[in-house]
Amino acid sequence: MKAQEFLVKEKFPLFWCAGCGNGSVMHAIVRCFEKLNYTRENTVVVTGIGCWGKGDDYINTNTFHGTHGRALAFGTGIKLANPELNVVVLMGDGDGATIGGNHLIHAARRNVDVTSIVVNNLNYGMTGGQYSGTTPCNKTTSTSRYGHIEHGFDLSGLVAAAGAPYVARGSVYGIVQLEKFILEALKKKGFSFVEAISQCPTHFGRLNGMKEPAGMLNWIKENSVSVSSANQLSDSERENKFILGKFADKEKEDYSTKYLRVIREAKKIKEGGK
Amino acid sequence: MTKKQDIRFIQGNVAMVEGAIAAGARFYAGYPITPSSEVAEASSIRLPQEDGLYVQMEDEIASIAAIIGASASGKKSYTATSGPGFSLMQENLGVAIMAEVPCVIINVQRSGPSTGLATKPAQGDFLQSRWGTHGDHGIIVLSPSTVQDCFDLMIDAFNYAEKYRTPVIFLADEIVGHIREKVVIREVDENEIINRAQPDCEPEEYKPFNHTENGVAPLAPFGDKYVVRLSGSTHDERGFPCSRPDNADKFIRHYTDKIEKNYKDIVKVRKYNLEDVDITLVAFGGSTRSALEAMNMARKEGKKVGVLQLVTLWPFPEDEVIDALINSKAVIVPEMNLGQMIREVKRLNDFNTVVQGVNRIDSMAITPKEILDKIAEVENESSRIFG
Repeated sequence: MKAQEFLVKEKFPLFWCAGCGNGSVMHAIVRCFEKLNYTRENTVVVTGIGCWGKGDDYINTNTFHGTHGRALAFGTGIKLANPELNVVVLMGDGDGATIGGNHLIHAARRNVDVTSIVVNNLNYGMTGGQYSGTTPCNKTTSTSRYGHIEHGFDLSGLVAAAGAPYVARGSVYGIVQLEKFILEALKKKGFSFVEAISQCPTHFGRLNGMKEPAGMLNWIKENSVSVSSANQLSDSERENKFILGKFADKEKEDYSTKYLRVIREAKKIKEGGK
Repeated sequence: MTKKQDIRFIQGNVAMVEGAIAAGARFYAGYPITPSSEVAEASSIRLPQEDGLYVQMEDEIASIAAIIGASASGKKSYTATSGPGFSLMQENLGVAIMAEVPCVIINVQRSGPSTGLATKPAQGDFLQSRWGTHGDHGIIVLSPSTVQDCFDLMIDAFNYAEKYRTPVIFLADEIVGHIREKVVIREVDENEIINRAQPDCEPEEYKPFNHTENGVAPLAPFGDKYVVRLSGSTHDERGFPCSRPDNADKFIRHYTDKIEKNYKDIVKVRKYNLEDVDITLVAFGGSTRSALEAMNMARKEGKKVGVLQLVTLWPFPEDEVIDALINSKAVIVPEMNLGQMIREVKRLNDFNTVVQGVNRIDSMAITPKEILDKIAEVENESSRIFG
């Protein structure tokens, strides 16, 4: 199937604001679906709540639209009950990394074979631009008018530390690299995670002097460094940068494969008991 | 040929797992919590023996999400918890209602509120099981009173879940969950098992929410030839979000109607000595055991006492309770809370029948003696009507 054929055109125009990065990420995802010969029937797109949680409205594979922060937990059940499915979980930074942060680290640790794609636009877009768990310190949001005093998560670092076999961070500015990461993540057997740094000109951009989409994209570009060059930076210098690249890419047996051994052992006990 | 039977002496919590497996359940996701933990432990041992899967999630929110997801992939699924975990599950319980995904949630009730007394029994979640999740909806709640019920009623729980595409709450309590009794684990005839209806239309014509009157649309699993859109947001027949008022009205009424209008199929009660009564004890769950013993003791004293056991708690067995109110001079409701079920009984009492409760919330079971004392008290207070 062609990438375009995975889109629900009758629902266009997209619900997202002019200049939002979500459409770019969604198009990169369906281009990867085409490259991997996914079908509508063997793929499930799972979402939570938030701007990016509307992503499933425009994708015509199987979909499951759940609750705020819990998309990975729904996706875990969907995949474990049918390991043949391609399960792709779309989350924003509020959804996947703040209210759903605990599910994210446990999913990474549990290593169920799902692919999660977090679009990180550094704030809660849907509800009006309040700060999230990834909002950088000192930035202004609609609930940190005097400057944000908390520090944002280094999400990719967090998920890699939790044990995920594939973790990469790209940005909407570098859409070609981002698409490559999404493709690798979809191919990876086990829990894979891609963080897409994205622009929210309507809220985060407007309150931080970047109300034009290009302004926030440029800011992302200017503050991006590669994983290798980030190694030369001090901790405080790193905090204000978007470190792009791969944080983990290794082989690790996934949950469903391991569980086949549990079933074998359990049946031995059952037979032995008879 | 006779079916195999296995007679065992086990806890209610363990019998629930055997009932779930007999009903065809092959997926459990949960978070251990007293006094339900034996359900998790037995599931972790038994499910892989039957090619099923057990996964321990990070919390109860994730647990109910995972069973809803697994059911959407076609596996009959269940979880087990107690009060604190049941509270955490309420939001996603609404997803199962809204997306109409069958599943069974076991709540082995303990003393609350909050952490309460973790190892002690209570029946304080009677109303939460009906109204705990936000928004209008119908729900099916079944309550076991014996270990045999834990096996047999679990099959009903899954059958209702599949037939009506709904979550079913299995409202047990610590008394029933932890007591050990003889139970017959029988091989269940396949005619006893209901599986969700499957579509037979062309894939492009399939709509997962194209319901029949008072019934539900077939639900194809993810990964079949059909494409399935499921959503916890208000949606149309295809599963796409839809904010039209007439659509919202239609679907929200449907969530209630598909349960309430099938009352006769869903409501189960047990009647003990109700043919000729002065006083009916209306009870559910573990308290039924005390009510039955009190009835036997009262009968020995020559008192006309019967028991109406509500096996289905929701939809509330209104017709049967009304019969009890009409046919009795007094109705006594023993329950391990400050009077949750009695509110429903009183709501139906247009007959000036005396209705009184026996309530304990101190973590101890209601004794038959306490119920006997209440019977005597009601008789004395109402000597005029008792003659």
